[in-house]
Amino acid sequence: MSGTSTVGDSSSWATALVKISPYTFSAVGIAIAIGVSVLGAAWGIYITGSSLIGAAVKAPRITSKNLISVIFCEAVAIYGVIVAIILQTKLESVPASQIHAPESLRAGYAIFASGIIVGFANLVCGLCVGIIGSSCALSDAQNSSLFVKILVIEIFGSALGLFGVIVGIIMSAQATWPAKSV
Amino acid sequence: MYGFESMTFNIHGGYLEAIVRGHRAGLLTAADYNNLCQCETLDDIKMHLSATEYGPYLQNEPSPLHTTTIVEKCTLKLVDEYKYMLCQATEPLSTFLEYITYGHMIDNVVLIVTGTLHERDVHELLEKCHPLGMFDSIATLAVAQNMRELYRLVLVDTPLAPYFSECITSEDLDDMNIEIMRNTLYKAYLEDFYKFCQKLGGATAEIMSDLLAFEADRRAVNITINSIGTELTRDDRRKLYSNFGLLYPYGHEELAVCEDIDQVRAVMEKYPPYQSIFSKLSYGESQMLDKAFYEEEVKRLCLAFEQQFHYGVFFAYMRLREQEIRNLMWISECVAQNQKSRVHDSVVFIF
Repeated sequence: MSGTSTVGDSSSWATALVKISPYTFSAVGIAIAIGVSVLGAAWGIYITGSSLIGAAVKAPRITSKNLISVIFCEAVAIYGVIVAIILQTKLESVPASQIHAPESLRAGYAIFASGIIVGFANLVCGLCVGIIGSSCALSDAQNSSLFVKILVIEIFGSALGLFGVIVGIIMSAQATWPAKSV
Repeated sequence: MYGFESMTFNIHGGYLEAIVRGHRAGLLTAADYNNLCQCETLDDIKMHLSATEYGPYLQNEPSPLHTTTIVEKCTLKLVDEYKYMLCQATEPLSTFLEYITYGHMIDNVVLIVTGTLHERDVHELLEKCHPLGMFDSIATLAVAQNMRELYRLVLVDTPLAPYFSECITSEDLDDMNIEIMRNTLYKAYLEDFYKFCQKLGGATAEIMSDLLAFEADRRAVNITINSIGTELTRDDRRKLYSNFGLLYPYGHEELAVCEDIDQVRAVMEKYPPYQSIFSKLSYGESQMLDKAFYEEEVKRLCLAFEQQFHYGVFFAYMRLREQEIRNLMWISECVAQNQKSRVHDSVVFIF
């Protein structure tokens, strides 16, 4: 596969991909980080919230304890916001001659990957915590000794989002743009 | 996609599923039934029931109580819960909930037609109808003389219309025809419900298929046992069996030729789930068969609650409530007639 070696070699996919500005990749990465995380959080909140409301009609005591499930889902959105803010501080301007330098491309791809990692990890984490939270509310309404046990499962579930955030931040530390040439 | 209902079920069904599970927690337990079985009079029963969820419904009844009043008020509670769920539901849950009541509609139609045949007063019959199966033009059923009129005047506007295509004849209605009509309608209803659940797919289809198949098989056995010794021909009998279920088609072939209970038992013992039911009965006995079937049904209905995110819980809850009302009726009748020793003959504990 020919890379960027020949300027006139414009018919290969690799060239087309490489000609996309690294800023495009970075911006899309940041958008996915926050957008898909919030999608996951919202999905989880409505799954657990609707079951919680219905179960609380017959068993009002469960409402305050089961808000923890909603808070775990919300935490997923907060991870997305934090990572998006961190990623946007990694964006720097480079002079036009350097835009397609390998260092720039690397930085662009690193931010993109970090965004995807965090976004999708938070999406599935939010879903997971939401479904468990719904079962937790229904079980708590029937038998209150079950609440703490199911909460342990939820804590394991929310660790998934944390893994995504950790890897995402490590990836974004790689995002060093080329120094301004003299 | 089976297995991924958890991601989208709660959009429309989450609240109602949680509500129905809350109602399930209010079903009477074995301890409640033990207390009720110890009661001496109907007022004792009322006192025990006022500590359960039936309290608000029974507290304003004056003594002396009647067993029909107790049953009526308990049914009223079920109807209120059902109406609440129906008005909150969206499609397809609302259609599903309506399907659950068509069985009662069929029973009401047959009740009024039979009562009219025996010269009873229409209003008296209307009071005996099950409230879940009422529809607007039900009183005009008393006018019809044969099935064609029945269909044309009244039933064409009801949800039961499509079930009538197989049983419109111009014969006059008499007892035998009415029973055949009831079973034909019920067969068409079960098949329609089954198809509807299959269309819904996912966990609903799987759980409801199992429950409806059991219902179809139970009806097949009951039809066979009730028609032994009557003038119902074998072909007619075979026409009344539904075309799904564990017994379809080979079991139906064998049941159609059965002439007594032991032959029925021999047929059913080839099917492991029903073999355990029939093994509880000694030879030649059929009174306990109803109770054995009810127990098996209750076991399967309780299993429907083990999974989340499907519509089977609504069907299971309605059936369990109806079983509870049957239990209460039996207990009240035994207490009212001073036959306390027979109380445990027909009470099926749910928990």
